[in-house]
Amino acid sequence: MDRRVIPAAAVAAREDVGPAKPSRVSRREFGSCVAAAAAGWLMTACGPRRLHELSKDRLRARLRDLEREYSERYAAPVTVTDTPAMPNVLFAYALDISRCVGCRRCVYACVDENNQSRDPQVHWIRVLQMDKDRGVDFTHADPYYAPREVPEEGHFYVPVACQQCRNAPCTKVCPTGATWTEPDGIVVIDYDWCIGCRYCMAACPYGARHFNWSEPSIPRGQLNAKTHVLGNRPRPKGVVEKCTFCIQRTRDGRYPACVEACPVGARKFGNLLDPDSEIRYIIEHKRVLVLKEDINTVPKFFYFYAT
Amino acid sequence: MNTFRLYSQFVTGSVRLVLQGNRAYWAWVAFLVALVISGGIAYTDQVRSGLVITSMRDQVSWGFYIGNFTFLVGVAAAAVVLVIPAYVYDWKPIREIVVYGELLAVSAIIMCLLFVVVDIGRPDRFWHILPIVGHLNFPRSLLAWDVLVLNLYFLVNITVVTHILYRAFSGRHYNSRIVVPLVLLSIPMAVGIHTVTAFLYNGLAARPYWNSSILAPQFLASAFCAGPAILLIVLQLLRRFTTFEIQDQAISKIAELMAYAMFLNLFLHGAEAFKEYYSDTEHLLFTRYWYSGLGVHRTLVPYAWSAVTLNVVAFVLFIIPRARRHWIALNVGCLATYAGCYIEKGMGLIIPGLTPDALGEIYEYYPSMNELRVAAGVFALGFLIFTLMLKVAVPISLGEFLSQDEHVAPAPAAHATAP
Repeated sequence: MDRRVIPAAAVAAREDVGPAKPSRVSRREFGSCVAAAAAGWLMTACGPRRLHELSKDRLRARLRDLEREYSERYAAPVTVTDTPAMPNVLFAYALDISRCVGCRRCVYACVDENNQSRDPQVHWIRVLQMDKDRGVDFTHADPYYAPREVPEEGHFYVPVACQQCRNAPCTKVCPTGATWTEPDGIVVIDYDWCIGCRYCMAACPYGARHFNWSEPSIPRGQLNAKTHVLGNRPRPKGVVEKCTFCIQRTRDGRYPACVEACPVGARKFGNLLDPDSEIRYIIEHKRVLVLKEDINTVPKFFYFYAT
Repeated sequence: MNTFRLYSQFVTGSVRLVLQGNRAYWAWVAFLVALVISGGIAYTDQVRSGLVITSMRDQVSWGFYIGNFTFLVGVAAAAVVLVIPAYVYDWKPIREIVVYGELLAVSAIIMCLLFVVVDIGRPDRFWHILPIVGHLNFPRSLLAWDVLVLNLYFLVNITVVTHILYRAFSGRHYNSRIVVPLVLLSIPMAVGIHTVTAFLYNGLAARPYWNSSILAPQFLASAFCAGPAILLIVLQLLRRFTTFEIQDQAISKIAELMAYAMFLNLFLHGAEAFKEYYSDTEHLLFTRYWYSGLGVHRTLVPYAWSAVTLNVVAFVLFIIPRARRHWIALNVGCLATYAGCYIEKGMGLIIPGLTPDALGEIYEYYPSMNELRVAAGVFALGFLIFTLMLKVAVPISLGEFLSQDEHVAPAPAAHATAP
């Protein structure tokens, strides 16, 4: 089965950066360019910077350092990539509420894929059990349901992770600019730049941000060694982390781990800009809702009823 | 070299002053130092094992530290209650004590900044918010605004007090061209620091308890009660233990101003409670958690009602002229105001704002022993700084601590603070 969700054309277009045309420059223009470059160099030369501001060489060196550090710590060859966003791609997610059975396989697939701490446990996905007669209502949601068998009579399930808001309150409030929205719509965190003030957690209406209250622990054999610098690489203590739509997979054209793990096919993922994508079909043909629509965060995570 | 000699005289003289004191002074200093050490040890543990040794978790991601921070911003802002009558209305009895209000503001801001530092997960990365070397997300992040206004307010206040006191020490009159504009600037800035701090919470649509436009006025109203409450006690202590004279009139006037502020505070709380309970939307949840608890979750309820009771008692005491002139009633009122605003601004603002959390879960937060120790350490450090500053400032105001240069004419006592 072909799991690639990104059209090949979009992948090819990534390399499509032509050389700039030579043109005449006046002395003044040249002078101001040199001055700007010098200022820029001075700025970047002052200690480490946010990842997306690093020069290519310095980023490369940083990634190699990280690989060495993680490989040593986890006794396995770890790769840290910085695969950029593909052009003409805006990722979106859809979840079929009528199909979800609340088995939480997505939760644990996510933990394994994204190297979340096992002790203390960090879960990027929270599955909420709700009463059918109340509808989607957080005040009566139960995240700790534990019956012998799911689904339970009279209940339905709403898994919640980062909604990758277009109007994301978390990126707005961050005092250091350590979190931002990538061109493909994924809200990411620079774990090297976050100071752990947790303002983003106060601002997030979906409880999607999680803090490393103590040193995260991953048993040696359990590390997923294929990592992305903005995604599932091991995190330090004292910083915030969150779902990144499995940036390390989806930017290579694969599905997020939770989509693959879902036993009932309730989870859908794709490119919102591709008119032929499954996600567009769902939005155009199904009953779709987003969580907390009234606060205008404009999520790219849609819930729908297929039946 | 005159400046240099003067300065070294000032430093050695200050050190000598700080090292002199009776038994009560040393007991107080020892008590504070002990708390600071205990807080330091607790903080070391926290840095080593992470914020996991606090009771904060993902559900309630801010707690006691940020509550104290919020309260102390109010205390710092409250110096303005003295500055306005003194400088805008040129009311002499208060003008003599303005310097103490500003010293209180300085130590309160230091405590605020320390509470932020102990709250962050990666204090080693604190420089990331510094402009130029780091990156300050200004103007988008309200926290960036808060960093800026708090530091500016700190600079303004410390410049004014050190200038006034140092000039008085060297027997000269302070430079009005520096002091008056800065003092006038400090009035909007005092309002500014507390407004920006309120906006920090106010701007979050995710937390309906905070997302109310009445929040900033509420902050200011409670600040203008709690800050002067501390000051009134400090002034009485000064009067008792030094020869510093503070007119009864000044103290009674400050108490009167506190009564108006407390009325406004209670009124705004009432307005907020009316809106929540009468409209009875799903957002009532947070207010209910504070005042009556949700089911078995009732940790904060006793605090809520003690805050209301204390605030009402303080209001009644301060609105009756006879009571605020009676020193027992006055002090009871001060303590009630302080305690009431502290509960309401600390736990009462932060915890119900985050409980139930964004997905409806109720995690009952209560500060851990470690958090209490760190917070006590920060308070003790702030009080220690305040005590030491007073130890130098009071003799200067009294004209007892002066430069020994013969060519400088000794300044009359009143020159220290009142021109």
